[in-house]
Amino acid sequence: MLKKKKIADFGQLLIPLVALAILIIFNLFRDLSFFSIGMKVNNSGNIVLTGNLISIIDSASELAIIAMGMTLVTAACGGQDISVGAVGAISGAVFVKVLQGMGNITVGTVILAFLLCCLATICFKLFNGTLVAVFKIQPMIATLILYSCGRSIAYWINGDATPQLNSPVISSLGMTIPGVPVPTPIFAVLFVGLLLFLAFKFTSLSLYTQSVGINKGAARLNGINPTLIQLLSFVLLGVCVAVAGVIGVCRLGQLNHKTLLVDIEMDAILAVAIGGNNLGGGKFKLSGSILGAYIIQMLTTTLYAMKVAPVNIKAYKAIVIIIIVVAGSPVVKSKVTALVNKIRTKRRASTIQKGVS
Amino acid sequence: MSGNNKNVHREPLTDAQLLMVISIGIFAAMYLGAMVTLGGGFLKAQQIFDLLNDNAALIIISCALTVVMIGGGINISVGGVIGLTVMSCALFLNNCTIGSDFVTILLTFLLALGIGLAFGLLQGFLVSYLEIQPFIVTLAGMFLARGLTTILSVNPVKVTHAGFLALSKTKLKISWLGYVAQNGNLIPAKIEIGAIVAVAVVLIMWMVLRYLKLGRNIYALGGNRQSALMLGINVKKTCFSSYVISGVLSGLAGFVFLMHKPAGNASVAMRSEMDAIAASIIGGTLLTGGVGNVIGSFFGAMILATIQKIIALSPLNASWWQEMANGAMLGFFIMLQSVVLSARAKRRGKLEANQQGHPKKE
Repeated sequence: MLKKKKIADFGQLLIPLVALAILIIFNLFRDLSFFSIGMKVNNSGNIVLTGNLISIIDSASELAIIAMGMTLVTAACGGQDISVGAVGAISGAVFVKVLQGMGNITVGTVILAFLLCCLATICFKLFNGTLVAVFKIQPMIATLILYSCGRSIAYWINGDATPQLNSPVISSLGMTIPGVPVPTPIFAVLFVGLLLFLAFKFTSLSLYTQSVGINKGAARLNGINPTLIQLLSFVLLGVCVAVAGVIGVCRLGQLNHKTLLVDIEMDAILAVAIGGNNLGGGKFKLSGSILGAYIIQMLTTTLYAMKVAPVNIKAYKAIVIIIIVVAGSPVVKSKVTALVNKIRTKRRASTIQKGVS
Repeated sequence: MSGNNKNVHREPLTDAQLLMVISIGIFAAMYLGAMVTLGGGFLKAQQIFDLLNDNAALIIISCALTVVMIGGGINISVGGVIGLTVMSCALFLNNCTIGSDFVTILLTFLLALGIGLAFGLLQGFLVSYLEIQPFIVTLAGMFLARGLTTILSVNPVKVTHAGFLALSKTKLKISWLGYVAQNGNLIPAKIEIGAIVAVAVVLIMWMVLRYLKLGRNIYALGGNRQSALMLGINVKKTCFSSYVISGVLSGLAGFVFLMHKPAGNASVAMRSEMDAIAASIIGGTLLTGGVGNVIGSFFGAMILATIQKIIALSPLNASWWQEMANGAMLGFFIMLQSVVLSARAKRRGKLEANQQGHPKKE
């Protein structure tokens, strides 16, 4: 019984794992040097790890962090937040504004700026969350408001098109800390992932979120406050977005409100779906979404390595996405299971016949 | 939502009709307000035709989205399909050497519809027969369309086909709605072919949704899939049809877009799918399905267009003000819808409870 449950839990991750494996095998056959990892001295004199794998894990950081938050919102509210990119731009704008207002950039001011960022994004996400949880508006519609005007707010906060931030603290946050060869954003993913994992492992939050997502009314009758749970999922997403926005700004050392985290909402929803989570809410797996984020980034990097022009990548990406979702679709799954069962019974019948004869 | 009975005039307005009436009222109020405060162009009949001319493609894709949303789905690939259609039609027009002008334009038109149809068929099949979430399918569709557009050409392509340029400049002129310019010449009101097509699409889709079996099936499907299935409706086919309709309409919108601006560009109609969703919502379509009306979406698109025009004419002319105004407007409508619908639901609950003779506890 227990074993069966474990297999069912694992089944959700089967498609993304197979997709990842196929991508890896494809790259193995295409070019072995794709996987080579080397050490290199970068511009600021630090020794850093280089290689495609490192760059995949590094540049998928923002996506992975937002995908985690998106999974929670999807699970609790049964819909997706499409304003994460725009709110991420606001987060970056607040970060830059605070740091510029303070004058000097030290570890202390960066932490303060980050906390203010979190506050700002949580406020915006609470606005979305209130529309969803209290006014009962579908999440996609409720977040369409900030999707359409969030980047304008980001512009409005700063007034300047591309403010720069030049400081060793910023570059060590966005790239690598001197002495540590691993890019810092990877640690951010680990940190956020670990926090969420612990929070959901050792509290009933996971159960509450799933029950609210599956049936709000039933959850309420069982003593769970659905409004609170949905608001909480938006708050957690807000924190994720703040982290992603700050990483995005630190990575480039400048803020461009038009390109910071652009189109990340679509990739994040995609990561959630590739991870095998139901976009209609309910059961969820954070690990699936993280895996989905890395699959998307791996695909992009593979296409870059194959010399596909950056503007054309979307078309190839779309084809791979369609293949993955078709493989994961319930109809195909049930057909495949039926086929497997048929073969199995035939084989069993033939072995029984052999035994009789 | 059974607002289609003959005794509809005796019943109070249905939710969808109420939301539509609100959006029409706000459009009228906004337009009158602009007439009073801004004057100028808004006092001329040409202004309303300009709104139609400039936003014909948006109106058509709003209809496309409304149909899908009534059926309980979503289609965010419409903007991408417009981009792809515009680019491929522009290239086709510039490179086609067979036949006369008429044949070439006809072939281009068929190409536009064909691209839309292909996307509609593919997405409809994936959504309805393989039961994949529509958001993901159409997101992939959007990526595919945008990617194919840039594969066709990264650089802008200007249409040089003389016949098509003549067609795109053809305008219906109505002299009695015109105005007298400062030099004393009468300038007639001009309507582009695209605007006429858009209005025709709205009317046709309204008839289809209201009077055809397919339209009623789409409402039934969006209202409650399970009951629709039990009523003997072929839900998969209905869902499939709704995506095919929206695909073909997006292709048509692409052709209309090309007639309005005869040049292909990789960034054509970028993010217009979100404008179309906003227009549908403002017009009273619910994303949950089963409720909506293309006439409402038409006015939703016109409201967005009017905001754009007002901001362009007012001293706040900057793109971020326009986006913020759009966002604020959308927020206002969403809140209004939520409040109105929940108030009505409460009142209806009370009424039913009173009729049954035992008041509800909640």
